[in-house]
Amino acid sequence: MNVKLRVWRQPDARSPGRFVEYEATNLNPNMSFLEMLDVVNEEITKRGDDPIAFDHDCREGICGMCSCVINGEPHGPEYKVATCQTYLRSFEDGDTITVEPFRAKAFPLIKDLVIDRGAFDRIIRAGGFISAVTGSAPDGNAILVPKPDADLAMDAAACIGCGACVAACKNASAMLFVAAKVSHLNLLPQGKPEKDRRALAMVDAMDHEGFGACTVTGSCEAVCPKGISLNFIAKLNRDYLGALLRAPAKKAAPASD
Amino acid sequence: MNLDPRIPTGPLAQKWEHHRNEIKLVSPANKRKYEIIVVGTGLAGGSAAATLAELGYNVKSFCIQDSPRRAHSVAAQGGINAAKNYPNDGDSVYRLFYDTIKGGDFRSREANVHRLAEVSVNIIDQCVAQGVPFAREYSGYLTNRSFGGAQVSRTFYARGQTGQQLLLGAYSALMRQAALGQVKIFPRTEMLDLVVVNGHAKGIVTRNMITGEISSHAADAVVLATGGYGNAYYLSTYGRGSNATAIWRAYRKGALFANPCFTQIHPTCIPVSGDYQSKLTLMSESLRNDGRVWVPKKTGDKRPPNKIPEDERDYYLERKYPSFGNLAPRDISSRAAKQVCDEGRGVGESGLGVYLDFSQRIKELGIETIRERYGNLFDMYHEITHENAYQTPMRIFPAIHYMMGGLWVDYNLMSNVPGLFVIGEANFSDHGANRLGASALMQGLADGYFVLPYTIGDYLDSQKGQSRPRVDAAEFKRAEQQVTDGIQKLLSIPGHKTVTEFHKQLGKILWEHCGMARNETGLREGLQLVAGLREEFWKNVRVPGEGDELNQSLERAGRVADYLELAELIVYDALMRDESCGCHFREEHQTPDGECLRNDEQYAYVAAWGYSGPGKTPTLNREPLVYEEVHLATRSYK
Repeated sequence: MNVKLRVWRQPDARSPGRFVEYEATNLNPNMSFLEMLDVVNEEITKRGDDPIAFDHDCREGICGMCSCVINGEPHGPEYKVATCQTYLRSFEDGDTITVEPFRAKAFPLIKDLVIDRGAFDRIIRAGGFISAVTGSAPDGNAILVPKPDADLAMDAAACIGCGACVAACKNASAMLFVAAKVSHLNLLPQGKPEKDRRALAMVDAMDHEGFGACTVTGSCEAVCPKGISLNFIAKLNRDYLGALLRAPAKKAAPASD
Repeated sequence: MNLDPRIPTGPLAQKWEHHRNEIKLVSPANKRKYEIIVVGTGLAGGSAAATLAELGYNVKSFCIQDSPRRAHSVAAQGGINAAKNYPNDGDSVYRLFYDTIKGGDFRSREANVHRLAEVSVNIIDQCVAQGVPFAREYSGYLTNRSFGGAQVSRTFYARGQTGQQLLLGAYSALMRQAALGQVKIFPRTEMLDLVVVNGHAKGIVTRNMITGEISSHAADAVVLATGGYGNAYYLSTYGRGSNATAIWRAYRKGALFANPCFTQIHPTCIPVSGDYQSKLTLMSESLRNDGRVWVPKKTGDKRPPNKIPEDERDYYLERKYPSFGNLAPRDISSRAAKQVCDEGRGVGESGLGVYLDFSQRIKELGIETIRERYGNLFDMYHEITHENAYQTPMRIFPAIHYMMGGLWVDYNLMSNVPGLFVIGEANFSDHGANRLGASALMQGLADGYFVLPYTIGDYLDSQKGQSRPRVDAAEFKRAEQQVTDGIQKLLSIPGHKTVTEFHKQLGKILWEHCGMARNETGLREGLQLVAGLREEFWKNVRVPGEGDELNQSLERAGRVADYLELAELIVYDALMRDESCGCHFREEHQTPDGECLRNDEQYAYVAAWGYSGPGKTPTLNREPLVYEEVHLATRSYK
């Protein structure tokens, strides 16, 4: 099969970007989307031009490194599938496919399709952990976790931190990402002691990074390659509100920066 | 060179405890004065950096990904072993130790493996405390499953995403320390050289992958946790960015490279579908708990699997290895798959595949139970092949998955270069000639959480009163210059072939000449082909762009240049090890029924290779493998 690609090319954050068209020919429907970009890049390189920069690593949908918006949808057309696990059989021969980076103020562009998602690391740094110093843990079976709680925590923990939720959101909100991590840890007995602090600190960090507000339209869940449920946002709101009520007055003020 | 593994004295089961009581400690006040560089943020690097920071050391953590959370440990699926014996099925530290030694075909260091089995239980405790959502029973207790090479259920898991969950645990501990200011994290930063000052590892030279800036970082000790080098074979289950550059450049600075030819070829991967293919995807070994491996009895039987009656199927693993059946170790299962495909009984279009069939267990347990156990793996299989494995058997074939070889380390996980520590897959230490399933996660976390944080103090104490070199020292400037020159050299070759073309060619040479079966003629031919390809690379590669920008072609070029040297060492090691053991199957040395024939008299040693300069034959240093407890036996899974 053959397709026409319209790819966003931008040398760096300060220079203007534009769409550049490429013909991708003699493709196999069993090829992955990124393998098609590999093939196009080989041709660009042979012509002596600058190949398209894009992020990828595991190519099995788990590392969260790949990030394109394909035909307007983060991670492309298939439900619960990351860009790297998108195959050409999801497209028709002769299609024009538009490829763009994730666009959000909090994800500055580095080059072409490559963006900086350091904001997510900084949100985790604010409270996305259980403070368990190595060596201090009791026996694994000393902490019983009811199976439904463990399963639900695992559903939330499946987040790969790719940022598609932000790219899909009209407000570029990171609520689904934050909700997934807060829920994963707050649902477990091990995470309870730091529950309030975690919810407050991570939401504050999210606001500080310049992500927008959540209006619960659900576009994030629709594009999430791991199908993280919107219900976790409800849980985050509940945890956050409870934490605000329990917190000492000076800490209850919403972050102003 | 005198290779001293520094194995503690005393009975095997007490070595680690004795050692911990005897090695030097660094006081909290002094820990604050030390800087430690940790390169890599997978299970080993992430857990080490976090734990060292908790202890009070100042840590600099480097990774090539945009976030430490994306290191390729994230992709490990099936589980992590630990000798907890929660199922009460007869497991013990000794059994985990023995299974690992036997699984490695008696080519690993006894004392290291015993320590690994001992600390395995602490790992589970630590991970639970961090919030890793392991699978549980309805009662709330942890649950287990079995993996290859074991007759007990000792594998803990978090659905099919165990590696991801363990890595996120280590990552969250690391980020906590970053928040406290104990760790400084350098994402998208690639180590391009090791700096050795007065014989000690005292820093690294890095390239900022966004700006191209070359910088030096000085430290009191350097820890490499940069994973394995299986991408030398091009097609593998590794992440595309996984590479050998850090360990290879350390090798060129004097670190010994041990058992480079010990390559794990994993039996259950999705078969190759075309030339364009960029990577292979593993289907977790845990699937062999409920899946049965078979091929048609007749050669060239092209009927669809459901049209092949039961009595015309050959469940060859169950037939050949009745005690372990479908859970035979990886090297043995891979070779068996190759054998039936060589006989013309392989399935799928290419004939390079075997079936992994769940129909019987779906009948016995119901589809929901199978979905709960492996749902995400079946989904992944569907995404890639567009086939529904609940209805038709999976097609699988072996693929490069892990390297047991790596930089040589002593019992303290320190290489022969003082101050250079190597942990996780990047070292050679624990898996011998074949790694058992669910043991890589165990080793990475054992090294990072529970071994290195103790043993590194022993070295640092010896450095008391020595001042850390400054980054403007001559050694750093020289290393920076070498790195810059190397980049310029790559960019200035007026060639016509892309980096990927060379990489694919190299991978094909290695797979064909140094893959699942090896022989002298093939290996000698492989050596010549690699040398020829390397020569061509330096004349005819084309690397577009510049050094002072995000340049992914340049990144790949540097790594492939290193693979072209490393490949020669892999093949040379395979040629010089004139015996069969574990993954290393020399066709000249096999039993009448086609199993590995070891030669303990001559080859019960670790082959630790030293760099002798460009184009020169490396020097062989032997560390004899002394077994105090274990009796060397013929490995049998029948």
